[in-house]
Amino acid sequence: MLNYAVKRLGLAVAIVSLAMFLLFCMIYLVPGDPASVALGPRATDAMKEALRIKMGLDQPIWVQFWHFFTGAWTGDLGEEVLSGRPVLDVVLEQLPFTLVLIAGGISWSVALGIPLGCWAAINRGSFADRLVGVLSVAVIAVPSFVIAIYALLIFAVTLQWLPAIGAGEPGDPGDQLVHLILPSLAVGLGWVGYIARMVRASMLEVLEASHIRTARAFGLPENMITYRYALTIAILPTITLLGVGIGQMLSSAVFAEIVFARPGVGKLVYDAILTRNFPVVTGAVLVTTVIFVLLNLVADLIVGALDPRVRSSF
Amino acid sequence: MSEAASNPPAATARSSELWRSLRRLLREPLGLFGLGLVLLVIFGAIFADFLTQWDPTRINPRDRFLGPSGEHLMGTDQLGRDLFSRVLHGGRIALYVALVSTAVSLAIGIVLGLIAGYGPRWLDNLMILLFDAMKSFPTVMLALALVTIMGPSLTAVMVVVVLVNVPGYARIVRTQTIAIKSSEFVTAAQSMGASTTRILGVHIMPNVIGPLVILASMDIPVVIAIEAGMSFLGLGVRPPTPSWGSILNDGFAQIRETPWIAIAGGVPIIITTLGFTFLGETLRDVFDPRLKGR
Amino acid sequence: MSTLAISGLNVVFSTEDGPLHALKDVTFDVPERRIVGIVGESGCGKSTLINAILGLLADNGTISGGEVLFEGRDDLTQFTPRQMRDLRGPRISTVFQDPMGALNPVLSVGRQMINIQYRSDQSKEQKAARAIEMLKLVRIPDADSALERYPHQFSGGMKQRIAIAMALMMEPALLIADEPTTALDATLEVTTIELLKDLQEKIGCSVMFISHHLGVIAELCDDVVVMYAGEVVERGPVREVFQHPSHPYTRRLLECDPARQTERTRILPTIPGEIPDLRARPRGCVFAARCLDRHEGCDTPQPDIVVAPGHAARCNLAGQTAREGAGA
Repeated sequence: MLNYAVKRLGLAVAIVSLAMFLLFCMIYLVPGDPASVALGPRATDAMKEALRIKMGLDQPIWVQFWHFFTGAWTGDLGEEVLSGRPVLDVVLEQLPFTLVLIAGGISWSVALGIPLGCWAAINRGSFADRLVGVLSVAVIAVPSFVIAIYALLIFAVTLQWLPAIGAGEPGDPGDQLVHLILPSLAVGLGWVGYIARMVRASMLEVLEASHIRTARAFGLPENMITYRYALTIAILPTITLLGVGIGQMLSSAVFAEIVFARPGVGKLVYDAILTRNFPVVTGAVLVTTVIFVLLNLVADLIVGALDPRVRSSF
Repeated sequence: MSEAASNPPAATARSSELWRSLRRLLREPLGLFGLGLVLLVIFGAIFADFLTQWDPTRINPRDRFLGPSGEHLMGTDQLGRDLFSRVLHGGRIALYVALVSTAVSLAIGIVLGLIAGYGPRWLDNLMILLFDAMKSFPTVMLALALVTIMGPSLTAVMVVVVLVNVPGYARIVRTQTIAIKSSEFVTAAQSMGASTTRILGVHIMPNVIGPLVILASMDIPVVIAIEAGMSFLGLGVRPPTPSWGSILNDGFAQIRETPWIAIAGGVPIIITTLGFTFLGETLRDVFDPRLKGR
Repeated sequence: MSTLAISGLNVVFSTEDGPLHALKDVTFDVPERRIVGIVGESGCGKSTLINAILGLLADNGTISGGEVLFEGRDDLTQFTPRQMRDLRGPRISTVFQDPMGALNPVLSVGRQMINIQYRSDQSKEQKAARAIEMLKLVRIPDADSALERYPHQFSGGMKQRIAIAMALMMEPALLIADEPTTALDATLEVTTIELLKDLQEKIGCSVMFISHHLGVIAELCDDVVVMYAGEVVERGPVREVFQHPSHPYTRRLLECDPARQTERTRILPTIPGEIPDLRARPRGCVFAARCLDRHEGCDTPQPDIVVAPGHAARCNLAGQTAREGAGA
């Protein structure tokens, strides 16, 4: 298990380093001088020069890269252009909102997707199975921001069942939960489909396995076979899938935060782009990438912990 | 058995296979439904100028926020532009982006995949790491970072699509190339002194391209979602060019007062993504059952 | 009294290309405390037979005729799924061919052995103790700690012995062993067979032993049933059948057994031809297409001819050629 974890961690570090490199290349490619872009057209040459030195833009490129790289690994992502606050602080301040939103999305997708997929697999070929199949494809296909806007239109504007904007009163968990329902549904609905399909497919595969035949030959109750013998194996690939899914949910979260005017990393980056606050953009992109890679890592390690075969095969 | 494996499938067998598959497609209600939706969208985009006399970009301050009526089938927006006309012309943009960027992604993906699959081991490993790193950026973050550099434009949208699609295509081409590279008919060609380009072009490409095109067609809804999503954020097409995403954005700003604008922007996105997805799923099942559950 | 008495059993699968007659008029007995070997090429209907007895036929398969009498009273073909389930495990248990896949990979061995005792109202500790006792009986080293371990931590031979322990734990009346040694190497095969025979005597159950290994059948079994294309072509006491095979198929099978080759040859003899398409069964003898003794009498349905006490063959020539055509 330890060996497996170390190897997987090494891969994650390599990917993050590469992501940093790519991100640095992108900053370097920005047309025009980041200092003058940041300060706007009315800045004097002296002001621009001062900012250039402050941002380290007068150094040779490899020195800049080294500073960026070492800084990023130690959590120094530079400073916000206008207020001068460390970017990491700004990002970390918004991060919990986004993580809560994604956790809400995962809750929807797991709570609906696993039972639906399992149900479809048990009733294979029935009308219910086909219906779950078509609905899964449909919710995967429709972009999350369309779902977000329509959810807002139906449940918040027309029916007025749920609040439309914000993250709820700080310190009032009930209010925050009510504010979470629609955005997290928009984030997680597509993944209900992915998970239902995945669970159905792997459930059908597992139900064909010879150990299930053995379990049947011992007359075990059908419920025990379905839930304890088959589903425990069938959800393993789903956990890996969720690792990838969180990355896509991050994308959906950006839209959900904008549509429902929720604080969060997505809204932060969006606003930073509109105000040309580049250090915040790169910082936030880097933090989300690291989180994404970390979550993939965690998903793989969980599978390793749950499935004794994966551990020993590494 | 080894006789059959040493020859690539014959072309004649393929065309009759194609007809059988198409007939099977027409028997699938869901695939047929998807095909219908796709044809509807394509028809609307091609004949946009005949289907409505309104100019999609003409501002008409006196007719702002008109509800749907016989004259304006879907109503008008905040600048008095006819929404039906904007939706039809927005379809052109969506299909244009989908076709061009998918073609470019395929071309780049095939080349990179062939290089990784046929090239030396170290290059393969490096490229795999690069593809994995590319995939580790969440799509929207990638788009946001890129627009920072390039500024919002249709080209930026297409670059995002290419960056999102290429790693996946290249990986598939690489896997298939490695599988075919060691198969008997390629070894036979090599032993008869065929050059690398000939082996890649004649033996590997035809075997790779089929599954890839099916997968690419299944990615079209994703491409359309990226275009609409970026335009919704104001990072895609520039006004006044009509795009479903920007119509949706106009509607979102006024969602309490004039919900029909948001509906006009969202419904074509739903129709198109559903249509292409249902069609793509059915095509995949009919042509290549092995790809199922990818 | 027989533990299992099958008579005239027919199984039909509905397929896209029409009905497939997988078992036709299968008749044989598994007497009490006896080991009956079932032998035949792959595709001869051995698996369908097991599934039909266990009530685990796939959804498109139905028993279209005949009866399966268990312990002289109950016709299993009339049982509800619920009744069949209660029978599987405590009264009829099974060891399957593939020891690698027979155990659930994500549940510990102990968990699985305790789960199959779910009907008993003993405490968990008592169930665990029973499991350890059984593991000791099948000579799993360090049986006390084995319950904590997962299937992948055991070798193939050990996994198969664990499967045997699980099958015999409830002291069933009938054990069905589906090629339990095929996946094992020769030395493991011998020890597993000995173990199985040992435990059978200790528990006093009947065994239905499926194998295509004639040597193992001769070694282990009291009776043998030869199957071909879903039909029982010959059955009888092992010694009698192997010394006086009365069906041409049995004779060819014996000739092709590698263990019986007297001369060293590079190529193992096989029976030319293939099993007929079960969707279009021949009206007459199923083996006719591959039979060297084929004549007009083979084109009509074949009778079961008794050639010796308890020894019958489904061939119109049985009894005439049986004594002279005996294999070596």
